[in-house]
Amino acid sequence: MAMTLKEVADILDAKVLCGEDHLDYEIDFAFSSDLMSDVLTTQTDRMLLITGLANVQAIRTAEMSDIHCIVFVRNKEVTQPMIDLARENSMVLLQCKNSMFKASGLLYEKGLKPIF
Amino acid sequence: MKFEYKIEGGDFTHAGYASSQVKKVLKQLNVDPKLIKRVVVCLYEAEVNVVAHACSGTIYIDISTERIKMKLEDKGLGIPDIDLAMKKGYSTASSAVREMGFGAGMGLPNIKNNADEFNLSSVVDQGTVLEIVVYFK
Repeated sequence: MAMTLKEVADILDAKVLCGEDHLDYEIDFAFSSDLMSDVLTTQTDRMLLITGLANVQAIRTAEMSDIHCIVFVRNKEVTQPMIDLARENSMVLLQCKNSMFKASGLLYEKGLKPIF
Repeated sequence: MKFEYKIEGGDFTHAGYASSQVKKVLKQLNVDPKLIKRVVVCLYEAEVNVVAHACSGTIYIDISTERIKMKLEDKGLGIPDIDLAMKKGYSTASSAVREMGFGAGMGLPNIKNNADEFNLSSVVDQGTVLEIVVYFK
């Protein structure tokens, strides 16, 4: 089931760190990983990345993989350079309190699909 | 169209800059987004490899109407056993590299999967040369 990023933010009670203008973007899939090489093997469009890895390489990886939204779990600190780079690429960054397991579970329950 | 970028070993802040620039150029040239993704995944993984394992390096990009050639030359320890380095899951990455979300031994196999031509050569204690070609048609 397609879901807007606004719905994702609501389900996770997440804070929108940037990309407020793109919250109507729709996704079908989600992938949870802290391993960026694993993310770089994915071939799926309209996919959300759920990660606990909060550094510039997470944003770069999303940029190369054509991923438009990243959810940072466990309130991981997202730095200004990360936000700047995300804005440059019209990306939406969300931050939530949930663990990666819970965030994934909540979105799965609401109909986001896994890619494997 | 030719471009050149310098890479510093250990500089994770700027890792991905060249890939980002190349992505912008290919978008402007209206290259198929699926092909752009293959190109930048190869280049980004290769860039991270240089940052993770070498002292310094240079990326040479050569774009024609038919293909993109990417050559990464680095100065560093080199790769003693290329067959082993190509094995999925084999890695010599430091814990600092792993903290960046890499270093699981997936980079080189992923580059090979996305490349039409892949050529890796290395001299121990001198450096490594990786050549990647992706065709646009």
